[in-house]
This record gives sequence, structure tokens and C-alpha cells, in this order.
Amino acid sequence: MELVMALAIGILFTIGVYLILSKVLLRIILGTSLLTHGVHLLLLTMAGLKQGAAPVLGDADSYVDPLPQALILTSIVISFGVTAFYFVLAYRSYQGLGTDEIDSIKEVKE
Amino acid sequence: MLHTAVLLPFLLSIIILLIKRTKLVHPGWVVLPLPAALFVYFLTEIHTVRTEDSIVSTIAWMPKLGIDITLVLDGLSLLFVLLITGMGALVVLYSIHYLDKHTEGIHQFYIYLLMFMGAMLGVVLSDNLMVLYGFWELTSISSFLLIAFWYGRERSRYGALKSMLITVFGGLAMFAGFNMLYLMTGSYSIREIIPQVGALTEHSMFIPAMLLILLGAFTKSAQFPFHIWLPDAMEAPTPVSAYLHSATMVKAGIYLVARLTPVFAGQAGWFWLVSATGLVTLIYGSFKAIRQTDLKALLAYSTISQLGLIMSLLGLGSASAFFSGKEDAIFYAMATTAALFHLINHAVFKGSLFMVVGIIDHETGTRDLRNLGGLMTVMPVTFTIASIGAFSMAGLPPFSGFLSKEMFFTSVLNIREFDLLNSSFWLSLFPVIAWIASVFTFVYSMILVFKAFGGKLKQDKLDKAPHEAPLGLLLPPVLLISLAVVFAFFPELVSRALIEPAMASVHKGMLAPGETFEVSIHFWHGWTAEIFMTLGVIAVGILLYRTYTRLRLLDREAKGTNTLNRVYDASLQLLERGSGRLTNAYMTGSNRHYLMYIFSFFVIALLTVLVREPGISFGMEQYAPLSIYEVAVVLVMLLAAFGIPFAKSRVNAILFTGCVGYMVTLLFVLFRAPDLALTQMIIETVSVILFLLCFRYLPKLKQQKETLRFKLPNLVIALGVGVTMTLIALAAIGSSPFEPISEFFLKESYNLAGGKNVVNVILVDFRGFDTLFEIMVLGIASLSIFALIKLKLEGDAQQTPKPGKLRAALPVRSNDVILQTMSRAIVVIIVIFSLYLFFAGHNNPGGGFIGALMTSAALVLMAIAFGMDQIRQAVRVNYRLLTAVGLLIAILTASGSFLFGAPFLSHAFGHFHLPILGDTELATAVLFDLGVYLAVVGVTMNIILTIGEDKQWNS
Repeated sequence: MELVMALAIGILFTIGVYLILSKVLLRIILGTSLLTHGVHLLLLTMAGLKQGAAPVLGDADSYVDPLPQALILTSIVISFGVTAFYFVLAYRSYQGLGTDEIDSIKEVKE
Repeated sequence: MLHTAVLLPFLLSIIILLIKRTKLVHPGWVVLPLPAALFVYFLTEIHTVRTEDSIVSTIAWMPKLGIDITLVLDGLSLLFVLLITGMGALVVLYSIHYLDKHTEGIHQFYIYLLMFMGAMLGVVLSDNLMVLYGFWELTSISSFLLIAFWYGRERSRYGALKSMLITVFGGLAMFAGFNMLYLMTGSYSIREIIPQVGALTEHSMFIPAMLLILLGAFTKSAQFPFHIWLPDAMEAPTPVSAYLHSATMVKAGIYLVARLTPVFAGQAGWFWLVSATGLVTLIYGSFKAIRQTDLKALLAYSTISQLGLIMSLLGLGSASAFFSGKEDAIFYAMATTAALFHLINHAVFKGSLFMVVGIIDHETGTRDLRNLGGLMTVMPVTFTIASIGAFSMAGLPPFSGFLSKEMFFTSVLNIREFDLLNSSFWLSLFPVIAWIASVFTFVYSMILVFKAFGGKLKQDKLDKAPHEAPLGLLLPPVLLISLAVVFAFFPELVSRALIEPAMASVHKGMLAPGETFEVSIHFWHGWTAEIFMTLGVIAVGILLYRTYTRLRLLDREAKGTNTLNRVYDASLQLLERGSGRLTNAYMTGSNRHYLMYIFSFFVIALLTVLVREPGISFGMEQYAPLSIYEVAVVLVMLLAAFGIPFAKSRVNAILFTGCVGYMVTLLFVLFRAPDLALTQMIIETVSVILFLLCFRYLPKLKQQKETLRFKLPNLVIALGVGVTMTLIALAAIGSSPFEPISEFFLKESYNLAGGKNVVNVILVDFRGFDTLFEIMVLGIASLSIFALIKLKLEGDAQQTPKPGKLRAALPVRSNDVILQTMSRAIVVIIVIFSLYLFFAGHNNPGGGFIGALMTSAALVLMAIAFGMDQIRQAVRVNYRLLTAVGLLIAILTASGSFLFGAPFLSHAFGHFHLPILGDTELATAVLFDLGVYLAVVGVTMNIILTIGEDKQWNS
């Protein structure tokens, strides 16, 4: 399972970075989303998968690692805030400048 | 006391800064007592230094790095501190009359001067090489500031920059040399390094260290070919030239060579480099000085040449280290005595000559020799000072310069007998060079006196009628130049008090404990070779001076043809243009390029470590079992991800991303992370809504007409990052160099925090600080979004898409009856469920974040069903205020622990028996979670409503 996840993480990162390097704002933002997903899965996979019950204390003998989960939870919420900010930035720059391509934004500015 | 002495100038400069506004008193009067008092203090220490060894005091600074502020006052330091404080006092006194108190920036002038004084004292007192280096650079900086004092002038700025670049370049080389010494000996302390010299000389780094340190000394002391900064430094006010650029700062290099003589003397390289560089500088400087028309430039080249003289004497003196026999050693150490004596004499005559030039400049308005003449009768006192100074410089009796010049001749004659290096031919050249340079020195000294003061007064070329300078300007040079006479007749004054102890510091190895050097200086040694050399200098000098007058060389002074200066200017220009071009080549202004650098660096750095670092194993022995569901989920996720780059429309791309998010949610479920699954699900929903709100009205995605040249590097970098991340994931699974701390959380979650949901406990209790900042970041993001939307951008009016193109803001309006009816019921259920999630959070999946997001989801659903206006009216909450209240609750709960004397964010919990609810656990963590809840609801709703309303306004 971990092997599959490691590959999946690599692929998510590849697509994410590829999107980030493109010219269109929307693609760039979506790229950062994919990157975030990749990071979350990476954190989770690092700790080892399915090695016990969910980290809600009960009768189980062993639990999965709670620490990555806490980290990811924080990250999910933060990345929501950041993504929302990106959206609005892109939306406003389109409103103001009439384009959503990063290179032409530069030209308009100049 | 030594530390106080170094610190006092800096403290006084702060006081000068404070009295900046008052014009009542010339700041020079405030400064003057300090160098005078320090001078007197150091005079009283002469006895101690003579009889005992040296005064040491240490303040620990960075003991682990071997850097302590150890100040040592020994013979050599004493000579220099007296020079610094004594000259300092005279120069300050002189400057009070030279610079009017209404001069612009007069306070800065004294602040820089004090800074220099403190730094220079630090240089000559520090025993620790690193501390010495720090003060050394500080002198360069204060010199820079003082040269650029009239920063309005282009020449001043040019000169300041030049001196800074050259001396700091040398300083950095010296810094490297110091560190090499440290690597070899394990100490930065000069006194600890000296005893280790025996073992040092064989070290491969020894010679490089020597060369680098000499580079520092030569640049600072303006030795050929680094001397080019000194003539340009003459743009500084004349008191500065007298102080920094003739008497003290430029002698720092000399000091360093003398100070490190016990370390490096006995090396053939040291002997040749120091003595030959000195001689070349001596003859070059004296020759150039003859051709100058500006009095200050003449003095600058003369200073260069005299510094070369002292430097070469130190080199000759180092020959004594080759001999173990006492007599031979003392025979050659004579040169060091001459160096130290000439150092004092040079400060005396050059300092007063600079002051004289300052007076001439002040009284006539020019320093150009072509316009000057006949000042002898108008300014008799100044003329007397100038003559004594110039004659002393030329080495004529009965002035102290004569004595040291004779000793110089003795030293260069003695060195011919130095037969250890098999190069008697070169050594026999030394006296010849010294003699020729002395002739030049004689000539320019005469030019200085007779061109300026002799002949007829050229009143038509002067702006004002010259007259004798006021007493205040005359007093310092008179005091100073009288020393040239006093030292000449009573050389024991300096030789016993200063030179003998200083000799003991420079030639440490030559003395048995308790011994002192016997230095005696006399006028008359009989008809020796030296006296004939002097007579020859005078005869040839007079001849040359007369020819020179006839040739009228002055009028033919070629301007700016100095090759070295051209090299400096050209290389500076080349550097500037080159670095400009280089920067422009990679700082393209394109985000994409910067990202490519970042990602490439990321890949290269991490891959290198992963491949080369030992002890990293990839993968594990026992993988978790693989089930068909999981594979299916992963496959769907990847397919959706692949779809994004190929999506033709925005909505498709957004939906694909949403799909990836939901698959991640499923993976969270499969990997037993219920909290994550809940959060991710709601966030994904809200995000997709946001995406659609923002991007629905943007134009269709254009078909990317990107070339392969554009795509290929992107693809390569992206693949590199992907491969790196896969390897990192495998490496992270495969190797765990230390025990994870997670066991602690699992074990103590219930005992310490009273919660069974470990993830939630970590968030609100163990790692509560993170969470506090997290909601703050969210609050900032939501406020920025609010500001972005409400802010009216420039050019908005023209560029906003035409209203006709915009349809209703939200896809679904109030006429959708079924949705409205359904949502009324559903919203209630969701809100109740969200409250349950919030309260259950401590022991079951849920918590503040999840509850808040669920509540927001309900509100968003209502907004979709009834429109943004409706929801505004139905739920009258100012969401920005709500965010603030939430943050406040969280912070207050966190600080509440202060009341109980506990650290920030300590939580308490207890079990209470409440009516109806029965045994209930109450924890302050819940209160903190409430803050989180309110803040997150506020943030989410603020974002959604702000964007949604903006749409409506547009339509």
C-alpha cells in the first residue's frame, strides 16, 4: 500500500508542479491545490498506514499515528484560507486588468 | 580601564548626537577633553609598561568560539595609543577653528571622528584577531564617512568609495588569513599564537595566511600598488587628512606588520615582501610627489612614500629573526628601532604639514602650487612651521627626521651583510634605492616650502588677500612641530619611554626575561657612510630642484594619466556592468522562471542528499495490505488529476480538482483519519463553490498554444519534483533515525488533557499555540479578501467586463421552490449536527474546525437557496466581528492560565456532576475550541459572502 501511495504522491506532485509552471492563473491555483493534497498524503504515508485503529482512544490495542493527522488538519484549513485568497486575487486581477494570463498581467502593468 | 578607554569615544559620540540641535557651543569643545584625557592617562601608564610586562584585561564575549575582548597594553600598543590620542587632541583643537560651528553636518563630523578614534584604539589594543578585525573594518567605514563628508561633491564620493573598496578588500583577505592562523593554532589570541610559531612554519597554510594578512596590511597602509586610494582620500576635510590619512589609520598596516613580526619574521618571503614592497612604494611615492601641483596631493604621495620607508624598515628588521646569536640579531633589529622612531617623526612632521596646508587653503582659498608663492612675509609663523616640517621630512639636521633618516641609511647599509638568502646583488641595491628616494624626498620637501612661501605673491590668482592664520589654527601645528626639535635634541625622551618597550613587543624572542632593549640615538657618529649619503642627497637635491624649476615641470603636470587608476576604474566599471548583466539574465521578472529556479534547486539539493547520504534506506519490509477499493480510489484520484491539464473549460478543471479532493477524503477514511475526512470533505465542497463563484464569469480557457520549448522544461522539472517526492516518501517510510513522539500523545492524551480524540487534543491542547496562530492566519486571509474585493482598483471603471455579459450572480435564484423547501429542513439538521460535532470533538471525531466548517456549509447552502441578500437579512451577523470575537476568546482562554500562574495556553479539565446531563467533563480546552469555532465560521462566511455580494453588485 505504501509503495502505491508513494507513487501516487509523486504523480500528484508532478501534475501540481506542471500546472504551477503554466501561464494561466486558474491552472496555477489548481496546481497549488494538487500540491497540498500531495503533501497531506505524504505526511500520512510517512507514519505508516493502517497500523491500528483511528486515534480515538477506546479498546483497541494500537492506534495509527495521531501527529500527522493533527498537522494535516491544520494544513487543510490554512490552505483553504490561502486558496481562497488566491481565487480572489485572480478574480480581481481579471476584473482590473482584463486578463488571467500571468505574462500578460506583467505587460499590462508595464 | 582599557575597555573604558576604547568605549568612551563611542559613548561620547552618542552625546554629540544628542546635542545635535544646539548651536551654542562648537561640538569640538565637547570632544576635545576626551582624547586629551586619554593621552594623559596613557602617559601615566608608560612607567608600568616599561617596568612590568604589559597590562591585560579581558571581557568574555564568545568564549566557545575563542573570541574574547582581550585588550593588551604593551610597548607597541602604547606607542600607537599615544599617537592616536595625542594627534587626536591636536586635530580636534585644529578642527574647531578650521570648521565653523555652522558648517553643515558638523556634528556628524565629530561623531565619525570619535567612531574612528574608538575603533583605532580597539585595533591597536586588541589581542584577539577577530576583535582586531572588527575594529579594523570600523576604521575603514569611518574613513569612508569622513572622506565623503562633503558628499555633494562627486570627487568626494569617488574617493570615499575607492578607499572603502580597496581597504575593505584587503580587510577581507586579512580576515581569511586570521582564520587560517586560527585553523593552524586553535586560537585567535596573538599572545597564544606566538609561542606556537615553531610548529607553525611547516604548515601548508602558513604562507597563504602570511600573504593574505600582508594584503590587508598593504592595502591599509597604501603600499604600492594599492596606494591609489590615498590621493583620492584627500577630498576629506584637512583635519581628517592630517589625522586618519597620515598619522594614524594608514599606520594600522604598519602596526599589524610590527605586531605579527614575532609570528612571521624569519620567513624569507616575509623579509622580501615587506622590505621590497616598502622600498618600491618609497621610491614611487617620492617620485610622484614631485610632479603634483596640489599641495594636498603632494603630501598624499609623500605619505605613501614615507609609509613605504617605515614598511621596508620593518622588513629589514625582520632579518634579525634569522639569527640566534645576540649580536647579529641586534645588528639587524636596529632597522625596527628606526621604523618605530620614524613612525613617530612622520606623525609629527606630516601632521603639522597637513595642518599648514589646511591653513594655506583656509587663508588663500587655493592649494594649487601654480597660484601660490610669496607667503613667507605674509604668514611668517606658518612659514616657520612649514620649513621645520619640510626639513625634518627631508632628513636635514637639526630636526628629528634627520636622526631617523640616518638610522634608515644605517639599516639599508647593514642589510648588505645579510648573507643568508644568497642574494647579495639585490640587497646591495637597497641602499641605492633608498638614496635616490631620499633625493626625491628632499626635492619635494623643498618644493613644498619654496614654491608656496618663496618667490612673489601672485595676488591676481588668489580670491582673497592672505594674512596670518588665527592663533587657534596655529597652536596645534606649533605644538606638534616643536616636538620635531625636542626629539632631535633629546631623543632619549622617546627612545627610553616608548621605543624600548615597543622593541620588546616586536622582537619578543630576543630578550631574556627581565631584559630590556637599550636604544640610544645620537646626532653625530663621526664621518660615516650615512653622513656622506646625506650630504650627497642635499647636493644632488639642490641641483635637481634648480633644474626642476627651470624645466617648469609643474606646468606640464599630466592629468589623470595614472595607469593604476585607470585599471581600478575600468575593473570597477566591468564589475558593475557584468553583475548588472548577470542579474538581468536571471532576474527576468517572470514568476515562472523564479519558480523553475526554486523547483530545480529543490530537486538537485534533495536528490543529492538522498543519493549520497549514507543510512537512508528506501521502502520497508512489511507493507500494509493492499485492497481493491484502495487501488480503485487511488486510480480515480490520479485519473482526475491527469484530467486537469487537459481540461478544455474552467468548470471542468475545477470539477476535476474537486474530484481529486474527494478521493483524498476517501483515502483519509481508509487510513483511519476520521477528523481529516470530515474536514477535507467540507473544505472541498466550500472550495468548489468558491472556485465557481470566482471563475464562472471569466472567459473560456483558451486552448494553450504553448510550444514544446515552453512545455518541455516544465515537464522535466515537474517530473524531477515528482520523482524526488516519491523517493522522499519511500525514504521516510524506510528509515526512522529516532523514536517518534506520537506515543507520548497517545499515552497522555486522556491523563493530561482529558480527551479521547487524540487529534483534537493535540490541536487544542498540546499544540494549541499552532492552532492559535493558524486561526490568526485565517483571519488575516479573510480580511485581505474583504479588502481586495472592496478596494476600488485603478482603471476598474474601464476594464470591468460589460454588465450585459454578466448574468445573475448565483446560478440558482429564489424561484427554485424545491431547493428552498428542502434546504429549510436540511439546514437545521446540518447546524444541529455541526453543534454535535463541536461538542463531541474532545472525545470523538469532530471539534472546533469541523463544527465550524459544517455550520458554514449550512449557511452557504442557505445562501445558494435564498440568495446572498436573504441570508444577510436572516442571519444578521457581522462575520468580521465574529472572527475577532473568536480570536479574542481563544487568546483570553490561553492567557487565562496566567491567572493561575501557569504558562500560556495551559488547560484544566475536570468531571462535574450536572443536573440532567449527569457526569460531564468540562475542560477549558472546550472554551479555546469555541474561539476556534467562531473564528472559522467568521472567516468562511466572510469570504463567501464578500465574493458572492460582489457578484450581485456587478449584475
